[in-house]
Amino acid sequence: MKKTLAKKELVQRLGFGFLSLCIMITVFFLGLLIYFIAVRGIKVISWEFLTQAPRRFMTQGGVAPAIVGTFYLTLGAISLALPLGLACAIYLCEYSPKSSIVNIIRISINNLAGIPSVVFGLFGFAVFVKFFGFGVSILSGALTLGIMVLPGIISASQEAFLAVPQSFREASFALGATQWQTIKNIVIPSALPGILTGVILSIGRVAGETAPILFTAATFYIRGYPDSIFSEVMALPYHIYALMTEGTHPQEQTQIAYGCALILLVLVLLVSGIAIFIRQRKRSGYGH
Amino acid sequence: MDINQIKIKVEGVNFYYGSKQALRDIALDIYKNKVTAIIGPSGCGKSTFIRLFNRMNDLIPGARFEGKILIDGNNIYDPKLDVVDLRRSVGMVFQKPNPFPKSIYENVAYGLSINGIRDKGYIADKVDKSLKDAALYSEVKNRLSDNALALSGGQQQRLCIARALAVEPEVLLMDEPASALDPTATLKIEELIHELKKKYTIIIVTHNMQQAARISDYTAFFMMGELIEYDITSKIFTKPSKKITEDYITGRFG
Amino acid sequence: MYFNYLHLREIVYKWIFNILAFASLLFLFGITIILFKEGLPLFKEVSAVKFIFGTSWYPTHEHPEYGILPLILASLLVTAGALFFCIPLGVGSALYIHELAGFKQRAFLKPLIEILAAIPSIVYGFFGMVVVAPFLQRVLNLPVGLTAFTGSLILGVMATPTVCSIAEDALSFVPKSFREASYAVGANRWQTLTKVVLPAAGSGISTGIILGMSRAVGETMTVLMVTGGAAVIPRSIFEPVRPMTSTIAAEMGEAVMGSIHYHALFAIGLILFLFTLVFNIIAEIISRRFRLKLGLGR
Repeated sequence: MKKTLAKKELVQRLGFGFLSLCIMITVFFLGLLIYFIAVRGIKVISWEFLTQAPRRFMTQGGVAPAIVGTFYLTLGAISLALPLGLACAIYLCEYSPKSSIVNIIRISINNLAGIPSVVFGLFGFAVFVKFFGFGVSILSGALTLGIMVLPGIISASQEAFLAVPQSFREASFALGATQWQTIKNIVIPSALPGILTGVILSIGRVAGETAPILFTAATFYIRGYPDSIFSEVMALPYHIYALMTEGTHPQEQTQIAYGCALILLVLVLLVSGIAIFIRQRKRSGYGH
Repeated sequence: MDINQIKIKVEGVNFYYGSKQALRDIALDIYKNKVTAIIGPSGCGKSTFIRLFNRMNDLIPGARFEGKILIDGNNIYDPKLDVVDLRRSVGMVFQKPNPFPKSIYENVAYGLSINGIRDKGYIADKVDKSLKDAALYSEVKNRLSDNALALSGGQQQRLCIARALAVEPEVLLMDEPASALDPTATLKIEELIHELKKKYTIIIVTHNMQQAARISDYTAFFMMGELIEYDITSKIFTKPSKKITEDYITGRFG
Repeated sequence: MYFNYLHLREIVYKWIFNILAFASLLFLFGITIILFKEGLPLFKEVSAVKFIFGTSWYPTHEHPEYGILPLILASLLVTAGALFFCIPLGVGSALYIHELAGFKQRAFLKPLIEILAAIPSIVYGFFGMVVVAPFLQRVLNLPVGLTAFTGSLILGVMATPTVCSIAEDALSFVPKSFREASYAVGANRWQTLTKVVLPAAGSGISTGIILGMSRAVGETMTVLMVTGGAAVIPRSIFEPVRPMTSTIAAEMGEAVMGSIHYHALFAIGLILFLFTLVFNIIAEIISRRFRLKLGLGR
């Protein structure tokens, strides 16, 4: 009897030890990644690095055009995806009756969210670059990225709308509010934290994506800054890729890539931090 | 005994959820400035019934209505009638308190602002008055900008009543308004109902027989989608004309 | 007058939302259509069997060959390798967070896992290229560091948060009563965890694993940067390979619009799409069953 008890105890210890090891490896890997990129990236980051254009075959100077390019692409993508995605979610959750068709649409949207990003790149190339003739440009890239995050924004908004208690809508209707008044005054404000979290996470995703802009928007080098939505752009994530694979001076260029990676990493940490903060506040908000 | 004026006439009402019939051939008159209680075992259709008066059941997909409901002689199921308009004149208080996640003030003002009223002074007066009518004013007057969800359950329910009163309805529907509240809060709501009937025609659903006996002038007993008996409350509770009503109110089932 | 205006406004808004919703669905379903439209013309030139089972990929050669078997096998190899890492890491971490972590630890670990998911793949790829690959090359004494194994390792870590968060959700859905019943007959925590909780959450956890797999198959930049890029049938996991995603990413820029090569890359995209579609559908079916089994709604 005592022996089996001891064995049981031992197995439990080993098991729990294994679980601890798993989480430790995961956290360790994250720590390692952040450590290497932070320590080596911080050395090259300076005011000049953030505000100057590259010089001397990409071995000196800064990455300002890539930062600006990423900003344009992200802004463009979100200003396409946010209104479309929000409208789509509002239509599906508030206006259309709960039928099996809506359910099928919901499942399809989830599936579309799982399509590899490079496939979105193919789509953007065929449709925006070639068919509409926008060429390799900010416009093509922003549209491609926008469509890529569209399913994510739709499902995040849908979740947020579904989480709004039905009793809020009933109370509003019972006071004589119209459908739109109810959506505008009650549903959207209540769902806002959820929608916002989804949008912020999408910003992080758009800013860091590379594959969709490989052949729709990005270029290794342009002189100066883009002057219209039809120009090619430099973008931070693509810049890292190009420096590592097309570079001619690996020594110096790897250092610049560290700097770019650190900027992206900080951006992502910031964005995730804000999203987590909003979610926590929402939780402590109303307990319905 | 005073002469009772008919406010609402229900004629030949049938109601279906898809193929399932929830209400069967209901007809009754509801009197002005009286409290009419709807009682019956759960699932008897009493909540469905009360939600017919402001057409809240329209929101349920697959629901179907037959018959007529006349308020002041106008059929509220007339296809030409504006539902939004109807809901302004028939207020509703729900089973669970459901204030919006906004401030106390905004909750009460909501009905006014969606009705296109922009006059700030008028809205402020109306909010005060509605809160007073709902017997909540003295408890919240110093914190009107606090979030309504910070109030206790009983206060939230009185806030919901104030919110409904602010749009000046003629009829007030109450769907088990005290079922989620403690006895003290329930008593307050009951006192309030007694006050409110001076101005409003009140229809209240309740599963609590004592409550129905205490607060209502008329009582309708529903079972399995049918109206079994409808009469003056005192008669229903002392000498009902049907055996099954007696069985129910004496607690033999339900 | 006011009410007429209100009515009109309601109708206008409903139409606006209807149109916008339709537009976004059109965009999304457009992807499927474009893939078929640009991918299918390939099969006029190359038979489907030759395409899928052909063993040589020489799209720019004088006598081009369009066999993508090496690419498919590379994708499968790297994904299988990734599973080897992400199943224990993901499920183990989920069990840890669910079972062992206290309130404070959980408040720290959960955001950390989320951050792991949010890091862009280019950063993982870069990290793999400059830190992990040279390290593995030295430690394992390999001729090159950029191999299927390096890709698997990094993809495994990348897929860990997906597996972990879905597995953790599944664990939290297991009713408390299951656990109590097990303690009541004298099982300790580990026995309860492995014999009662884990089986009950099993299908929910496998949903997470399948979605993690789906992410690994579709991942592009990381594999492009760390797997070396040799389009040959892999013999060992310590050799460079070229998965489907990185082939598209690397070659699309050079392919002439409308050429066989161009259509072949879209056809690869189509196959990738079908892969992820199948994974997602399986995940959807399993999670539906899981919800039914535990009596959860929707």
